[in-house]
Amino acid sequence: MDNPNEPIQALEEIKQMMDRSSRFVSLSGWSGIAAGICALLAAWLANKKFNEYAIGENEYEAKFNYTRDANLLQLDRELLILAIFTFMAAFFFAFLFTYLRGRKTGVPIWGFMARKVMFNVAVPMIVGGLLIWRITDFGLYGLVAPVCLLFYGLALINVSKFTLSEVRYLGYLQLLLGVINLWAIGYGLYFWAAGFGVLHILYGIVMWNKYERNEKAVA
Amino acid sequence: MKNPISGLNKIFDSRIRLGVMSVLIVNEEISFNDLKGMLEVTDGNLATHLVTLEENGFIKVHKGFIGRKTNTTYSITKLGEREFKDHVKALEGMIKGFR
Repeated sequence: MDNPNEPIQALEEIKQMMDRSSRFVSLSGWSGIAAGICALLAAWLANKKFNEYAIGENEYEAKFNYTRDANLLQLDRELLILAIFTFMAAFFFAFLFTYLRGRKTGVPIWGFMARKVMFNVAVPMIVGGLLIWRITDFGLYGLVAPVCLLFYGLALINVSKFTLSEVRYLGYLQLLLGVINLWAIGYGLYFWAAGFGVLHILYGIVMWNKYERNEKAVA
Repeated sequence: MKNPISGLNKIFDSRIRLGVMSVLIVNEEISFNDLKGMLEVTDGNLATHLVTLEENGFIKVHKGFIGRKTNTTYSITKLGEREFKDHVKALEGMIKGFR
C-alpha cells in the first residue's frame, strides 16, 4: 500500500470495467461512413427509378395505353427491394468495420453489450417499419421519408445510453430533419439522403477523427 | 475485514473480485458467461471468486434455465453496493492523501 500508483490503478480499472460493461464503444467511424455511402447510392438509384416512372407515365398517357396502377405497383416493388438491399448492405459494412476495429484494438465486441444495443435499436425501428408499411398501404408515400428519419432518430436517442453519447446528437439531427420534412412533403428523398447519407458520413468522419485516428494496433 | 487505517476492503484486494463488483454496480443482472467474457478469466477462477463474494453477502445468485441449459445470473446486494462504494471512496481518499 506504499505504492501511490496502486489506488490510481485500481480506480482506473474500476472505471474501465464499468465503462466497458455498460457502453458499447467499439462502433467504428468507418461503419458510419460506409452506411452513409450505401444510403447515398440508394437515394441516387431511387431518384433514377422515380424519373423513369415519371417519363413512363407520360408515354403511356400519350399512347392512351394507361396502365398507371400496374406501373406504380412495379415501382413499389422495385423500391422495396432496393430498400431491403440498402439496409442489408449498410448493416453488413457497419458490422464489418466495427468487427475489424475490435480485432485491431484487441477489445472484444462482447455479446451481451451488442445484444443490448441491438434490442434498443430494434424496438423503435420495427415499430417504425410497421408504421411505414401501413402508410404505404394507404398510399401516403410522402410520409415514408419523414417517418424513417423520425423513428431512426428516436432509435438512436434510445440506444445512446448504451453507447457513445455522440450518438444522441446524431439522433437529434435526424429528428430535426424528419420534423422539417413533415412540412416539406414531396422532398422526402432529399431529406432521406441528407439524414441517412450525409449525416452518417459526417458522423463517421467526426468519430474516426476523435477516437480512432491515433488508435494503436494490438499485436 | 476492513483495514482500519486505509478503509480498504480486503475482499476487494483481488482484481477479479473488484472487476465483478465494477460490472455489477452498473448492470442490474449479468450471466456467468457474460461476466467471464468481460473479465477474460477461466470458469474455475471466476467461480471461486464469485463464491467468496456470495458468502460475504455482496452478490446474489439466481439459478435459472434457458431450455435445458443452466443460466446462472448474478446481481449486487445492498451490502455489496455499500461496501464497494466505501472501497472506492477509500481509494480516492488515498490518492488525495498522496498529493
